[in-house]
Order: sequence, then C-alpha cells, then structure tokens
Amino acid sequence: MDLKIGVYIDTGYGIGEALDIESLSKVATKEMKVPICRAEAYWSDPDKLEIIKSDIANEGVNAIIIAGPSPRVFQEAFRFDGIITERINLREQVIWSHPANDEDTQMLAEDYMRMGVTKLNKYEDRAPFDEASEKSILVIGGGITGMTAALEAARAGTQVYLVEKEPQLGGWAAKYHKVFTGRAPYDSIVDSPVQDKIAAVKATSNIKVFTGHRVYSIAGSPGMFDVIIREDGPWIDRLVREQNEWLEAKKAKEQIGQEDEQKPKAAAAAETPAEEEAPEPTDFPHEKVRVGAVVLAAGWRPEDASAFADLGYGEYPDVITSVELEELAKNGKIKRPSDGKEVNTIAFIDTPNQKADHPLLFSSSVASLVALKQAHYLRQTNPESRAYIFYENMRTPGQYEKFYQAMQDDPGVFLSKGTPVGVSNGGSALTIELKDTLLGEHMKVKVDLLVLSTGMVPATKDSAIVNLKYRQGPFMPENVYGFNDSHFICFPYETQRTGIYTAGCVKNPMDFLTCEMDATGAALKAIQCAELTAQGRAVAPRAGDESFPQIFLQRCTQCKRCTEECPFGAYDEKPDGTPLPNPTRCRRCAICMGSCPERLISFRDHSVDMIGSMVKIIDVPDEYSEKPRVVVFICENDAYPVVDMAGMNRLEYSPHVRFIPLRCLGNINMVWIADALSKGIDGIMLIGCKYGDDYQCHFVKGSELAEYRMSKISETLQRLALEPDRISVHQLAIDEFNKLPKIIGEFMERLSEFEPNPYKGF
Amino acid sequence: MAGDKTVLVVGGGISGITAAVEAAEVGCKVILVEKLPYLGGRVAQLNKYFPKLCPPTCGLEINYKRIRRNPDITVYTRAEVLNISGTAGNYKATVKVTPRYVEDHTATSKCVEDCPVEITNEFNYGMDKTKAVSLPYEMAYPMNLVADRDALLKAKGQPGMAEFVEACNAKGIRFNLDAEPETFDLDVSSVVWATGWRPYDAKKLTKLGFGTCANVITNVMMERLAAPSGPTKGQILRPSDGKKINSIAFVQCAGSRDRNHLPYCSSICCLASLKQATYLRDYNPEAQAHIFYIDLRAYGRFEFFYDRVRNDDKILLTKGKIVSITEDPVTKDVILEGEDILSGQKIRRTFDMAVLATGMQPNTSLEKIPAQNVKYDEFGFVISDEGIHATGVSKRPMDVGTCLQDATGAALRALQDTVGR
Repeated sequence: MDLKIGVYIDTGYGIGEALDIESLSKVATKEMKVPICRAEAYWSDPDKLEIIKSDIANEGVNAIIIAGPSPRVFQEAFRFDGIITERINLREQVIWSHPANDEDTQMLAEDYMRMGVTKLNKYEDRAPFDEASEKSILVIGGGITGMTAALEAARAGTQVYLVEKEPQLGGWAAKYHKVFTGRAPYDSIVDSPVQDKIAAVKATSNIKVFTGHRVYSIAGSPGMFDVIIREDGPWIDRLVREQNEWLEAKKAKEQIGQEDEQKPKAAAAAETPAEEEAPEPTDFPHEKVRVGAVVLAAGWRPEDASAFADLGYGEYPDVITSVELEELAKNGKIKRPSDGKEVNTIAFIDTPNQKADHPLLFSSSVASLVALKQAHYLRQTNPESRAYIFYENMRTPGQYEKFYQAMQDDPGVFLSKGTPVGVSNGGSALTIELKDTLLGEHMKVKVDLLVLSTGMVPATKDSAIVNLKYRQGPFMPENVYGFNDSHFICFPYETQRTGIYTAGCVKNPMDFLTCEMDATGAALKAIQCAELTAQGRAVAPRAGDESFPQIFLQRCTQCKRCTEECPFGAYDEKPDGTPLPNPTRCRRCAICMGSCPERLISFRDHSVDMIGSMVKIIDVPDEYSEKPRVVVFICENDAYPVVDMAGMNRLEYSPHVRFIPLRCLGNINMVWIADALSKGIDGIMLIGCKYGDDYQCHFVKGSELAEYRMSKISETLQRLALEPDRISVHQLAIDEFNKLPKIIGEFMERLSEFEPNPYKGF
Repeated sequence: MAGDKTVLVVGGGISGITAAVEAAEVGCKVILVEKLPYLGGRVAQLNKYFPKLCPPTCGLEINYKRIRRNPDITVYTRAEVLNISGTAGNYKATVKVTPRYVEDHTATSKCVEDCPVEITNEFNYGMDKTKAVSLPYEMAYPMNLVADRDALLKAKGQPGMAEFVEACNAKGIRFNLDAEPETFDLDVSSVVWATGWRPYDAKKLTKLGFGTCANVITNVMMERLAAPSGPTKGQILRPSDGKKINSIAFVQCAGSRDRNHLPYCSSICCLASLKQATYLRDYNPEAQAHIFYIDLRAYGRFEFFYDRVRNDDKILLTKGKIVSITEDPVTKDVILEGEDILSGQKIRRTFDMAVLATGMQPNTSLEKIPAQNVKYDEFGFVISDEGIHATGVSKRPMDVGTCLQDATGAALRALQDTVGR
C-alpha cells in the first residue's frame, strides 16, 4: 500500500517550548521524506482536526502521525475512517521526563520521530480474515448451567446445539429433593426449578437437544468449529484412556525437557505425531454440526468418597455423603440405610476433608448451604428430630445469611464449629467425636445418620470433554487451581482455547443462582466471539483487532516453536511439519512472532521487520560522544502506562533510552537483540508483566517466554564478544511507576562499567 | 447485529464498564453514565485484588483501551439518570450532566499543583487534601481535570488565585465556572443498572471507635493507605502520629451479619482483611496482624489464598467478636475488647491500629432506581427479573470476578431486549 504520511507535531503542553520544533520537523520531512509535516498546538481541538481532515481529503494523506501526548489519550479524536494512525509520545515520554531545551532531550524526540515514521512505512495493507462466519453455538452439558446458557442464547436469536450425556436433561439439579434459591425472602428452600427449565428448553425451536450423546470431537476454530456428536457408548472409555496416556506421555516429556535445559513449563509441550493428523474416521452413526463458539458447562462429580474412610465412610452404612442424602430425602421421611429406621438425629460435617495439599477437593459455600438445606429436610419431615451441623467456617455469603439465621432460629438445629476426630458405631447409633467446638474442646454426639459434605470435582478433571482435534492435544489448559479459566479476576470468561467458554461448576463450585448467572455471561461471550470472528476481528483482550498472523512458509524450518509457544493453541501442524495457522483461534498477542527464529511471522501492523527497522533507525552517536544508547522493549498493556505515569509525575530518567512498545513482551524476537547490538546499541532492557502462578500477563505466558528467550541469548553475545549484562529483563506491575527511574538508573550505571559497544558506526 | 438499538448502562464501576464493553463488542450501541468524574468506581480505589495481589488498574486499563477503541461506546461522566420511563425495548431516560468546570488538554495533577485552594480528597476517603482542580487519579478515564466549582468560587479574590488562573490559561487549562448542567433525553432499548455499593457508615457502629479513635480506620481506607498513589504514597503509617505500625487488628463483620446494621454477609471482607494483612506484612516484616472473625469465609479457590495467609506465623486468626474499641489517651493505641468464641475467654488487647472490615451497602438501598416496577429485597438489593437489568452489587454482595460474570450476563439480557423488537 502506498502511504502518504502526514505528521502533526503538537506544540501544546509545553512541547513547543521544550523542543526545537523546526529541527524535529526537518527530521520528518528531510530525513524521513514525509510529504506533509505541520506543527500546531492541541491537534485534538476541533478546528485543528479540520486541518487533518482537509489533508486527508485534499492532499491524499492516508496515514497520520500525531506527535504529542501519549496514545492513551485522545484516541477517540484521532480516529478517522480508513486512515492509519500512529502516535509519537513526545509529552509523557519526552518532555515530561527530561529537561527542556536539552541536546539529549532533542535527540530523544528526533529518534522517536524516525522510529514512528519507520513504523508506518513498514505497515502492510492486508484485509482482515473474515472467512469464518458460523454463528450458532454448541453448549456441552444439559444441567442447570448448560440449559440456562442454551435458553439465554436462544432468546437472543442464536441457534443452539445442546449436548447432554445422560438420557435426560437436568443434571444434578434434577436429582435434588429441594434447593436453596438465593432469591428473596431467602429464608427457606423450594422445589427445584429444573423441570420448568427442561420444559422451556424443549419448547424453544432454536435449541436442538442431543440427550444420551457426547461430543466426540471438535475440530476447526471459532466461526468454523466442526463438532462430531456421537451417541454415548463404550467408545468414550477408550477415548479417555487414550487421552490419559497421551497426557502422561506429555508430562513425562515435559519433565525430561525441564531437566535437559531448564525450559519453563510454558515452552515445553508434547508433540502429536504428524500421522495423527489424518482425517478423522467417522465410520459410526454421528451428527456433524458447525458452530461459531462453544460453552463448556459439563458440571461436576462428587469427589471419591473413599477420601472419607477415616470418618467411617465405607465401614458404616449410616455414614453417607451429602449427594447420597438427596436420594434418601426424595422418599419423604429420611430412613437410615442400615436398618430402615426413621432418622431422629443427624449430623453434618461441612468440611470433612480440609486438606491444603488436596487441591480441588473443595466445595465453597455450597457445602455449608447444602448442610443447612438437608438439616431442614429432616426438621420438616420429622418435627421431633435433631440436627447437628459441624463446620470449620459457616459460609453463607450475601443474602444466604438469612437462610442461616432462619436455621439458627430453629431450636432443633444445633450449629457449631467442630473438627471431626473419629466416628465409631455404638450399636444402635453412630458416635462422632469432635474437637474445638463451641461447647468445649472435646465433645461426642450420638446420631442415627452422619452426612459428609462432598467436594465438587470439575468434570474436566476426568476427561477432556471438548476432545479438541488440536495439535496441542484434546484438553483445555488448566490454571494453577485445576480449572480451565485463565484470568479469573478481571476476565473470568477467558480460557486458553479461544471461542470456548466455561460456565458453572466446571469452573468453580457454585450454587444454582451463580450457575445461572455464569451461564448467561458465557452465552454472551460465545455469541460475541462468533460475531466478532465473522467480522474478522479478535476477541478480548485485543477485541476488535483486525490483524492476524501470516507466515512466509517457504522458509519454515519446521522447528515447531510457534505451535508450541502459542498460549492459545492457534497452530496445528501440516504433515510436512510446517505450522497450519487457525487465524480465528488467534488472540493477536504475537507471541509466535517472537518465537520464530526465521522471522517468518508477521501482522499487518506489527512485524519483525517493522520493529527491527525501528531499532536500526535509531541514531547512534559515536563512541566518544558519551551518549550511550539503550533500547527498552516494553509491554504496551502494563509497562507502557507505567512509563506514562512516570512522565505524569515528572520522574526523570536517562534520556539515552528508547522505548519500543510490544503487544506483549512475548513478541520479543532474538533478531532484534542482534540488530540492536550490531548497530552499536549499548544495552537492551525488557520490561513486562509479572509471571508465575499469579501471572499478570494478559497472554498468560508472554513475559515468561521473553525471559526464557533472553536466557538463550548468550550465544549471540558471545559471537559479538559482548558482555551478557548488557541485557536485562524486568517485571513491573502497572502501578509501580516509582520504580522505573530506579531500574533504568541501575542499568545505566552497570552499562557505564563497560566500554561503549564497539559496533558503533558499522 | 443489534442495529441501532442502544443500551444504557448506569454506573461506571467495574460492573458497568464490563456490561458496556461486552454489549458493545457484541454489536450494541452503548451509553455509559457515571456519576463521578471518572470510571472505575470502587475498584479504582483498591490497592490490589485478592488472591493474586495484582493492581486493579491493570485490568481497568485493558477495559479503558476497549472503550477508547470502540466508537459504539459513549461515556458521560458526572452524569446522573433522573428518570426512566417505558418498557424493555423502548425506554426513555433523562440524563443530567454536570460540567467539569474546567477545559484542558488532558493535563495532570502536576500541571495544577500550584492551585492555592485545597479540598478534602474523597478518592482517599478524606485522609488527605487534594487541589480544587485535579485529575481524579493517575490512570483516570477520561484523563481530564475536574474542578470543584464551589471551592473555587469561594476562593475568588484570594491571594494567588488570579495568578494561578492566568498560569493555567497559558497551559491551555481554562476554567468555566459559569457553565450550566445539561439535561437531555435518550431513547434506549435496554437499561443495565450497575450503581454498586458504598462502605457501610462506620460511624453507626458506635462502640467500635470510628471517628473517635484516631487510629481506627475502615478497610476501604486501608486500601488507600497501602496504595502507591494513596495519601502516604503506600507507606502504611498510623494516622495519629505517622508512626510505623507494628501491630494491627482487623475487626471482621463490622456491621455485616448484624441484625442492627447489615443483616447479610458482605461476602468479600474476610478475603479483603486477609489481603490487607499481607499489605502490612510486606511493608513491615516485623509487624504482626491479628484478625478477629466470626467465620472466616473464603470461597472456592480463594481457600488457597486463605491457607497461604494463615501459614504466616505473624498473621493470627481468632474466632472472636469484638464489641468495643477505645483509645489510650496518651499513646493513641487502640484497645479492643470482646470475646474469644471458642474459649469463652474475654479479649482485651492493645494494637497500634485497628481496621474495621465494614461491609458493602448497595447504593440502591439509599437511592432507588428512578423507574416504575423495580422490586427490592429488605436490604435494598434489586430483585426484579424483568425490565431494568440490575447487575453486580446492586443485586447482591459479590467479589470482582463474580461482578464481571454477572455484568457479562447483563450484557446478554440487554442484547435480548434489542433483538426481535
């Protein structure tokens, strides 16, 4: 695309006073050959915007550069249809952090001008990828969550396919005697609403239900997922076995990988041999549907009750789980399993298996609420009865507290903190021994029936469910807690498999109300994903981004790094070992761009060549000038605002650094380091987000990968005979702007101990 | 896909922002109305989120970016909805926008630090002063100054004022104190109500010393005290004398689960106190934190955080109810009295500072939605299933992640209102 660039230098904000604008303009017009360069104060003002509009209309300007305040402000003002906009941050990054009318400050501004124009010159015109336009959605799981997701999506006009493995809809909700609702007036329990919901699903014409079926496989990508739905049968056991073997092999391989070269978990993935990429044999009765996105609402199963052996489960028939009590309660009067005698005294233990080293075996507030509800069952059917509830912490959030208060007001319900020590069978009754109760350090109670709250294990713990035909395997990646979501505070629907959203107890133990709420949100995300994908746009966090990765495959060496390092599994593999991109799985983080040693992956507005050229255009003064040059690659999401805030607070730091923002620090390509060092740049810094279990990287592992790549840079440095300390990697949270001058200062200090880079002038 | 149908989102906190961007990214036109001069609401005032201990501005910034790049979202700050009439698919809303009383080109607080007039800094819960013209906070959206009209009018003619105004003019910062509020009507097809919560008024807990003991603060104030942009630049020092804090007490259920105050559980205060205990421990490794609770309520995966925090041997947890807090008149130390629930023993202990874990009160309990047919529960939370879609803490107490799930669902409800009508 032939760009006609207009540069608009803002002389407001004190920029005009602090910099030599004429000289800066000359860099644009003379050195960078920009046809139009104007300097005015406050380009965001309506009358000034008219000048830009006139240049667009009359001068054929189709790309503009605003050299003024940070791109984080006035983005709206400089949005022109069909015009590429680039921003040069002269305010926060130059004049607010560096002295006015200073040679070094001027050099900094001029370098940013060179870099900005270079960036635009490397822009490639490419239409968005809008070939995936299916908008129907698949919902996996016909319990309360899945049915809600299906109904809510259908109400917005979306075609839904609902797959449930059981012969009927309803899931756990259909198995409960009664439920606590979380709805006003909160103080009691009601019949399960599930039958109404089943009826509503059946009555909705744009929901197609497959009961007694499972998802056999999902291939493709958002906007074009191909789903094979197959009747439940022994095949699933075989598939799960194969998947588990695959998982074991993957883990073993990761371990070897780690021992071999200290590779982070993120960088090592198992490889599916190419022969498995053959088309899926479907010589069995099946239904194939194409969908735009998926809601995974496969729910949970009770944890293995053998974990409660120390409390008599398995030994005494009258020690049961809370799930088993629901069955007993359905028959009216609650009778104990051992002899069918009506239960008069019952005890509940809320958290029977509170072990920190036992991840996933928790049931959240659900356990407390279930115990209260089930105590209520007995009290309603047998007014003479007595119920004990022992808990570690009674957990009844929000308005559920009222239900708890109602139960506290029932004289037949005894509630206490208590840790179970042991259970014995004293002939006609069970004796439970407890410690740390409200009635003293030790107490014993005799009851007819003991009910242990059961942990809720997400269905994804046992099998992949989605059975993805992805090169990265059939599973959804897990977070540190063993669930499939990736940013559970700020973006709770994000997962590492684009277009697949989890909802309900598959992502956290939840009560009905929360399941319904979560399902509604997941349905929105699925509809939205299909919608954005059809328009050729990315989903969150780069929602709306129309760029997508292109690979120059002719030079691919089949190193597989892009397929392995993509956090979202966007790359499959062709039989010849080269990557097969799935543009609509892509979240546009550009981590693959950094991973490719052959520099073959590019986006229209973000490429190895573009960033490399920006590095190379930096003016490097000679070694006698005492003006070192440092390139700082920063994450545009968090580190960039850090630099802005340092400027807003007028924090000063070395004028010898040049910031280059990246979509994610994981974009960092080794060639840029080589480019910089061989050009005479003295040092390189990388500033990205915190990583680890509590990662803040918006793309899960970008900053970790950057650190990993830098640990491999020594070869390059050796070849150039340069000190390894010329490169340093930092993690900064978005609010740590106070630390910026310090880390830059320390780096410059360290750099001053070395000779200037001997490659200056080459 | 939603055509020209418009969704009005009321409240620009994390729930409202989420509902707005999610609705816009599925194709709706969105108008987001916020009462304060900035978006972000209560989470903008938090130092860190539990359990990841990461700054909320990180997620907010991504959301602001989503707003900035999306031409389908219109934001009005300092705006209030006065009235809503009509039904789903066809509402009319009256909106009043108060001017910022200053025009600037995205200046910063640094640009106006010479302002001679100071006012109470509500962003820091009154713990310090701010200038009568300022940027609400460093990462504010929109990034524009706002002026306190009354304070500036009162200061007219005071020494330094004329010079200050003139210096501002030179920087492109122009005051227009005579500007008038503007009121207009909007036709929208759907309304999402996300006006959130306020901390329960700790002064109503008359025995717990807030307002009478210098070193009794609330949990929301503790967030500002620990924040790098807070009144002490993140130094956790006690209010009476700026002394380093070696012992701190957290008093749970300060108002919540109390039939005389907020009878419900606010759901987040236990985790907030566990988190705040880590603030002090990080700031001063010698310090000890003591949490007095009725039940320690950590839900789901937050249990891992609870485990992590309680394994710190300088964070003590006592199942106990604190009934009174008084002050040592000389040292200004705080004296907590109450009962250890397990042992039945009396508690009487002295600390450098006490933090009251006050609960969340829905704003709808004090300012009802100006529309017909909205139903509330006895606490003021919205319980209507039809019509206006309440979301976030307007419905029930929730942590941030849950608010986001709920607000995303509200976006779907809004979308449903716009299709097929």
